Amino acid sequence: MLQVDNLNVYYGAIHALQGISFNVNEGEIVTLIGANGAGKSTTLRTLSGLLRSRTGSITFKGVDISSMPAEKIVEAGISHVPEGRKIFAPLSVRENLMMGAYSRNDPAEIQETLERAYRSFPRLKERAGQYGGTLSGGEQQMLATARGLMSKPTLMLLDEPSMGLSPILVEEIFRIIVEINKQGTSILLVEQNAQMALSVAHRAYVLETGRIVLSGVAKEIADNPQVKTAYLGV
Amino acid sequence: MPEKSDLPAAMSGISRRRRPPLAWVGNGFLIIVAVLAAYVLVSNLAKNPIEFLQNVLDGLKLGCVYALIALGYTMVYGIVKLINFAHGDVFMVGAFTSFYAVSQFNLHQWPQMLFPAIPAGISLVVGSFTVILLSMVVCTLLAITIERVAYKPLRDAPRIAALITAIGVSFFLEFFGALQFVFSPRFIPYKSPFDTTAWYIQGGIHPIVSGQSSPDNTISFSNIFLIILVASVLVQLFLQFLVRRTKIGVAMRAASFDKPTARLMGINVDRVISFTFAIGAAFAGLGGVLYAIAYASIWTQLGILPGLKAFVAAVLGGIGSLPGAFVGALIMGQAESLTMSYISTPMRDAVAFTILIIVLLVKPTGIFGEPAGEKA
Repeated sequence: MLQVDNLNVYYGAIHALQGISFNVNEGEIVTLIGANGAGKSTTLRTLSGLLRSRTGSITFKGVDISSMPAEKIVEAGISHVPEGRKIFAPLSVRENLMMGAYSRNDPAEIQETLERAYRSFPRLKERAGQYGGTLSGGEQQMLATARGLMSKPTLMLLDEPSMGLSPILVEEIFRIIVEINKQGTSILLVEQNAQMALSVAHRAYVLETGRIVLSGVAKEIADNPQVKTAYLGV
Repeated sequence: MPEKSDLPAAMSGISRRRRPPLAWVGNGFLIIVAVLAAYVLVSNLAKNPIEFLQNVLDGLKLGCVYALIALGYTMVYGIVKLINFAHGDVFMVGAFTSFYAVSQFNLHQWPQMLFPAIPAGISLVVGSFTVILLSMVVCTLLAITIERVAYKPLRDAPRIAALITAIGVSFFLEFFGALQFVFSPRFIPYKSPFDTTAWYIQGGIHPIVSGQSSPDNTISFSNIFLIILVASVLVQLFLQFLVRRTKIGVAMRAASFDKPTARLMGINVDRVISFTFAIGAAFAGLGGVLYAIAYASIWTQLGILPGLKAFVAAVLGGIGSLPGAFVGALIMGQAESLTMSYISTPMRDAVAFTILIIVLLVKPTGIFGEPAGEKA
């Protein structure tokens, strides 16, 4: 479904992604784990069109999207829930959700997606008229996730969904991620909480300073002694 | 995000802990000015309430024109953080467009010229609307062109670069317009699409015969005053509807808060920015036509002072806020009109910019402005 080949991304003179290759298959949860500054968020930002790669290709459903503008990539079916949630604070919860559906032009069906989002996240329905900025961290993550689903993506890029949340909320968010995946959306998950990420993912890639150093089935990666000491704190 | 955090936190700490020396001089001065202004206003209100009310109405007319311009300043600032100094000159182009449409092409009479059977009144209304619409369209196209050519390439440049460019565009429009074969550098008597008529109130509403003045101690108003008032209020309501209820309007608010995330939603941010320039320019064009009709004379630097005063109005109301621009513009109109009547006419411009300085000293975020640095 998503095929990334030899991707090189620079921030000015800094070589942030040094020729990484990976893929996400239909129906999978794939996780990218790694330390701060390894290039995880850079990878997602490049996939969604906010950053441009210098070389390498990104193919989504057989189409090269590496030079597509961000707004077209959303239309193609990739939704990126950014790090730090990035809720539109001065917009109401409902308006935030409607912005998620900006690329769509079918009012009746958008309304249906909105109703479904409210059913999955009843809290958001209660707060529909409230400003996004007034929500708690956990509610903002729910809103960001629900907003990401409004475009009806076939692939969802999730950047640090557990950041800053209490352990109970982290469990809740990961339960939701698995649920979204079961309903047919493939997921590329970037996490610092490697333990949780590996427990829900099918496959995993380990990123270190812009290179992929390890990849495989999530369970095997979790059992890898190096990963254990470096990322799982065991 | 890094722009703000780059400022050492200590800097804001210093200003909070230690007040600048002699701060009381500034505050004392402000209080004296406020007391004097209040004294002048109250004494004149008591002396001749009718004349005072007349001045308030004149200020309202001016304020409503400023409101039409200030909206464009505030919306553009809200989304690209640019003070678009060329905005006042777009206003000027709006006035000139309507002048040529009326004086050269008689566009205000087109319905009757094409269909002689149409009553003159209806023809004039439809024709005048056409003139205004044409000016709005011309201003819109001009603003979109300016944005594409001058501002868009500087989207990622430091903000000061775009600001200087805006001043350059402003000068270009003024002095290109002053060329003999464009608008000419002269003052031109404006040919209005419709006649202005005025009425006075004295136990009822009576028309003022043209060439005569209204009787003493009466309040008078004109049709153009009513049109400006209604247009200004309708535009304000329309824009509120736009940014609250429409998809593109909500996208404008989203993009003004966070452009990268707006793009992740599938919003074409460049198109939203162009749209914002277009809307602002359309209403500046409308303002330009109404201003020219009301004040009857036009030249290529017509937009400078109203533009700058509308900018002050936007800052006063809280730049980025639509209701702020409207309220700020009404206050500016009053300040100017009352200064003209009770202090002296040349002081009108000085007072406008004194207000700017006072706002920047006392409350830089303006009346409806959000506290700076809230946006993380």
